[in-house]
Amino acid sequence: MSFIEAKDLVHEYIMRDEEGNVEGVQVALDHLDLNVEQGQFIAVLGHNGSGKSTFAKHLNALLVPSEGTLYVGGMDVSDESLTYDIRQTAGMVFQNPDNQIIASVIQEDVGFGPENIGVPTEDIWARVEKSLKAVGMWAYREHSPNKLSGGQKQRVAIAGVMAMEPKCIILDEPTAMLDPDGRKDVLAAVHELNKTKGVTIILITHYMEEVVDADYVYVMDKGKVVMEGNPTGIFSQVETLKEHHLDVPQITMLAHELKQEGLPLKDGILTREELIQEIDRICH
Amino acid sequence: MLREITLGQYYPADSPIHKLDPRTKLFTTMIYIISIFCFKGPAAFVVITVALAAVIYLSKVPFSYMVRGLKTIVFILIFAGILNLFMTPGRELVSFWKLTISYEGAKNASLMLFRMIYLIVGTSVMTLTTTPNQLTDGLEAALKPMKKIKVPVHEIAMMMSIALRFIPILIEETDKIMKAQMARGADFESGGLIKKTKAMIPLLVPLFVSAFRRANDLALAMEARCYSGGEGRTKMLPLKYENRDRITYVISIVYLVAICVLRRFPF
Ligand SMILES: Nc1ncnc2c1ncn2[C@@H]1O[C@H](COP(=O)(O)OP(=O)(O)OP(=O)(O)O)[C@@H](O)[C@H]1O
Ligand SMILES: [Mg+2]
Repeated sequence: MSFIEAKDLVHEYIMRDEEGNVEGVQVALDHLDLNVEQGQFIAVLGHNGSGKSTFAKHLNALLVPSEGTLYVGGMDVSDESLTYDIRQTAGMVFQNPDNQIIASVIQEDVGFGPENIGVPTEDIWARVEKSLKAVGMWAYREHSPNKLSGGQKQRVAIAGVMAMEPKCIILDEPTAMLDPDGRKDVLAAVHELNKTKGVTIILITHYMEEVVDADYVYVMDKGKVVMEGNPTGIFSQVETLKEHHLDVPQITMLAHELKQEGLPLKDGILTREELIQEIDRICH
Repeated sequence: MLREITLGQYYPADSPIHKLDPRTKLFTTMIYIISIFCFKGPAAFVVITVALAAVIYLSKVPFSYMVRGLKTIVFILIFAGILNLFMTPGRELVSFWKLTISYEGAKNASLMLFRMIYLIVGTSVMTLTTTPNQLTDGLEAALKPMKKIKVPVHEIAMMMSIALRFIPILIEETDKIMKAQMARGADFESGGLIKKTKAMIPLLVPLFVSAFRRANDLALAMEARCYSGGEGRTKMLPLKYENRDRITYVISIVYLVAICVLRRFPF
């Protein structure tokens, strides 16, 4: 069994009026199938309203499936008795850095999760130190979150999840509200956790550049997985991506257009270096 | 102006006052508040001032931080001071034009000013040296007996610490919305009371909407981190009395006794 296994997953939001009568049904996940292996770095793409956040909330048992099944680390998310085990296994980082920091001092916030799951006091401190060091925020442990930049706050939020020692972290557009520098720092911290600690990462994002280093990419549209593959494979299908209202990284776009103009470049060029190499190859 | 509210602003430093147990600090602050409201005579005044000065010195928090809390209420202070000064009937002290200052008025005004200022500065010492979490932990422990009569003590404490965390964020947001509305021609300054109140509506509506959205997000984030109420939680900073706390309890009781004695025999 894979670490995360979604089969025929359906989620319907039911809208009710004031008396509780059903007003409408919004299908947010529509028979979604998806597998993730332990230790992978997965990216999930999709334009607004494609159901990414809804899916993310299922992984953390914040929402339960209307139909179908979802297993996280071998646990069924529909089983209420496992809710807290699932949340401990799969931690979640949200978009807005301000709205997920609970305490007024960084280290106390990082300790919040371990406190909730009843970790003994000394162990909490050890975990706080380890997680803050892992995201490079140890020096700020006694600061107030209000004085940090967005990228720093987001790294604290990641440390807060790390302190619960999850096997997997789901990040729902963690960089959407950050400036380019903050974005880079957060991405670097996430990659570091994936490489050194073997934490499975599920990164939901709008930024194509952040997908380039992923092991595997899922593209969602209207609650379904419409494309999947490694980044090179995905980005070589520029036209299909456009159909799903997604842009490709600028470099890939440039290569694609050069190719359409007749340059014999290969498909799915993701980085500037690759493009330079390809052009070099052609010229010689 | 809004940024100057120091309520719940922790000032990190390594001082004996910072190290005290929050319950001790709550108790001492209570004693202090009682003392400034029931003291009598200049000797007691000196005792209170020396005690406050000693604590401020020990806390290693810059004095300017302590008085920052006063800035926001300067207007109220002046207003209440003037009212007390001129409106209290009694023996005439000085008189000019149509105004008279009575002996009692001068006394009332200065007493009132002293109490307000000492109250704010004294409680600032506590909030500046105690992290909001410790403060609410202390409150939770102090209110624990009320759990027996089904008061949700843990939840109240958690609400307080979250409120303290979000005060600066909401203040900043108010500032932002205000500027955004002013950029579109909103006018918060001119007009009478009614016009000014009406001008607040386009400020309050977006503020409330955003506060509810934040509350929703925060609740999700807390749930995602396995929060499920006070049951089965451990503490990162468990409350534990040390010798310094015992000493502080003794000192504050001696202090209260001294104030009471001076009340009976004021000089
Ligand atoms: N609480 C809710 N009640 C009703 N409908 C909802 C709710 N949350 C989301 N939806 C709907 O479900 C669909 C999927 O939403 P979701 O938030 O999962 O999309 P998303 O891919 O995360 O979008 P975005 O990129 O904007 O974050 C959307 O059509 C949305 O309107
Ligand atoms: Mg979303």
